[in-house]
Amino acid sequence: MNKMGVKAYTWKLDIANGRVDLSHGAGGRAMGQLIEDIFHKALDNDWLRGGNDQSTFAVPSGRMVMTTDGYVVSPLFFPGGNIGTLAVHGTINDIAMAGAVPLYLSACFIIEEGFPLADLECIAQSMGDASRETGVPIITGDTKVVERGKADGVFISTAGVGRVPDGLDLRADAAQPGDAVIISGSIGDHGVAVMSKRENLEFDTAIISDSAALHGLVAAMVAAGGKYIRLMRDPTRGGIAATLNEIANQSKIGFHIDEEAIPLKPEIAAACEFLGLDPLNVANEGKLVAVVAPDGADDVLAAMQAHPLGAEAMLIGHAVADENCFVQMATSFGGGRIVDWLSGEQLPRIC
Amino acid sequence: MKYIAEYRDGRLAKDMAEQIAATADPVRIYHFMEFCGGHTHAISRYGLEDLLPPNVRMIHGPGCPVCVLPIGRIDAAIALAMRPEVTLCTYGDLMRVPGSDGSNLLKAKAAGADIRMVYSTLDALRIAEAEPNREVVFFAIGFETTTPPTALALKAAIAKGLGNFSIFCNHVLTPAAIQNILDSPDVRKLGTIKIDGFIGPAHVSTVIGTEPYEFFAEEFQKPVVVAGFEPLDVIQAILMLVRQVNDGRHEVENQYIRAVTVFGNEKAQAEVANFFELRESFEWRGLGEVPYGALRLRPQYATYDAEKRFSMVTPAAKDNPACECGAILRGARNPADCKLFGTVCTPDTPMGSCMVSSEGACAAHWTYGRLREKARQADPGRAVA
Repeated sequence: MNKMGVKAYTWKLDIANGRVDLSHGAGGRAMGQLIEDIFHKALDNDWLRGGNDQSTFAVPSGRMVMTTDGYVVSPLFFPGGNIGTLAVHGTINDIAMAGAVPLYLSACFIIEEGFPLADLECIAQSMGDASRETGVPIITGDTKVVERGKADGVFISTAGVGRVPDGLDLRADAAQPGDAVIISGSIGDHGVAVMSKRENLEFDTAIISDSAALHGLVAAMVAAGGKYIRLMRDPTRGGIAATLNEIANQSKIGFHIDEEAIPLKPEIAAACEFLGLDPLNVANEGKLVAVVAPDGADDVLAAMQAHPLGAEAMLIGHAVADENCFVQMATSFGGGRIVDWLSGEQLPRIC
Repeated sequence: MKYIAEYRDGRLAKDMAEQIAATADPVRIYHFMEFCGGHTHAISRYGLEDLLPPNVRMIHGPGCPVCVLPIGRIDAAIALAMRPEVTLCTYGDLMRVPGSDGSNLLKAKAAGADIRMVYSTLDALRIAEAEPNREVVFFAIGFETTTPPTALALKAAIAKGLGNFSIFCNHVLTPAAIQNILDSPDVRKLGTIKIDGFIGPAHVSTVIGTEPYEFFAEEFQKPVVVAGFEPLDVIQAILMLVRQVNDGRHEVENQYIRAVTVFGNEKAQAEVANFFELRESFEWRGLGEVPYGALRLRPQYATYDAEKRFSMVTPAAKDNPACECGAILRGARNPADCKLFGTVCTPDTPMGSCMVSSEGACAAHWTYGRLREKARQADPGRAVA
């Protein structure tokens, strides 16, 4: 976000009633004004004030982690958050799932011509708030404007870097038979919250997205038993069903989980019931699944339950030797079944 | 969830399962067909077959509206949707149903067809109202449960004078299909498919009542128990069927008394009768031509009938020759007997219709039941979820 000569621009940006037009992406004064009055104001920090096309920072010793992520959620605003908070939390969580401490983020905005400036400011402000709350600054960014119809309001693309604590090496293929499977809290909140505001499907509900940054919870887990944690994942799109199947296939093991142990709010269960969804397939944005060696499972679980974002954490099952890499579940009805990946699309664009 | 959790109580299920085990005659094998995909889904999702004794076996019937839609109708819908003036509105389930040569509505949409997923017929009506320059066609499918909403949409379209709304009608009828199965040589003469009784439809029966099943019970001497879609409903219905078989009875019993009456929803039936009439014959995927097994719009509503309005033709199209969906829908084969199952045909790349909807026998078996495969191989006579 390079700083332009905005003072020469005589018209004030009409945030209350104005809309993004193609000049806001053309590289001229209008773009400079948009960046200055909306993004720099909302995301304010020393790096952005520096006004360079990039930002520099000192590299810590040890192993680093880098991630990138795209956000195309529809609708852009949903109960409990918006595309901006989701972008900050989601990118931090991807870093945190390596057990790492997130350090810096970047954000690129692809904005559709005609997008209300007030909405853009609200999104940027939410990102700034999320960034300050989590202590992870957005230190560089970019803005593009595309013609009407070429995007859906705004898309956000992020990157993030972090530092992995010494001695920690979480890998997707590290799960072993006998390991404990722990979930940090109730499932399905985000997907149902987004769905409740979708066009043609709006229903009244008090359900809000669980969107949250999990690096604090992860730090507590690592402190309590980092050497026992095999791997962590945040079960976003595809829900815990997809996450467990991914891990099973990457680690060449199977899982046995217990339906009764999986935390599920009654209102989420009810919404899934009438929408015909399986909560195991529904997205989460503030939950993690941890696979933990048996010797450390109790300590890690206790540390999670002591943290506000893990208060409802539960041990939901175990890894087993299984050449088919099946995720099997004992149903609360008393039978057994396979928990598979979702086929096709359940909810269009939820993150 | 109040009023739901009660019907999923594991403790009651265990009691019921023990009663079935105690009631079932150990020297005989019971074969029951659940007609509806909703029952198939419940059986699979809750692992209900794990609770049944090995001599009580479930056969998954053809009651999945997506599964029985023949390829030619999908091809016809794709051809219609490719017309530049047409907006085709459809339930999401239909998007991935395979047509000829690997085509489907999802691919047609990607190729530029204006196809929109809707959650109800009213959404399609709204689109027609909002976009008067588009020819909005509702792709109507389903059994007696979804026919009344289509009738009401048509009624509303007429009342509003919507000249750009029409219906591609593929509504089918449950009793005709059950009769077709019972009349098939497999069941009636050859005895290659054993069916000792039916679990009758849940939602369909809320509309048509239990009375239409009296004929089968009498003519074919098969017990029918109409049951709800919750797992306890299903397991109770199985117990009721076992008792009927033991007693030599063949009656229509109603397990789903909280929603189903003898004569059903007569208001809904009247609305359907106002707008629809029987087709002399209609192809069901898997069953072939079923006489009087489907509905079409009455001639006076021809302008709302997409088939007439757009002179649609339903091309003759054949399933993949290796696909066993037909035999699976009739209960003659198990999903895992099919060479395509789990190899080229999976829920992500369905070849046959039974793999598309989660209510389809193959998709249900793939998603929920594969772990019972080894048990089945050890005992080939045992049906699987």
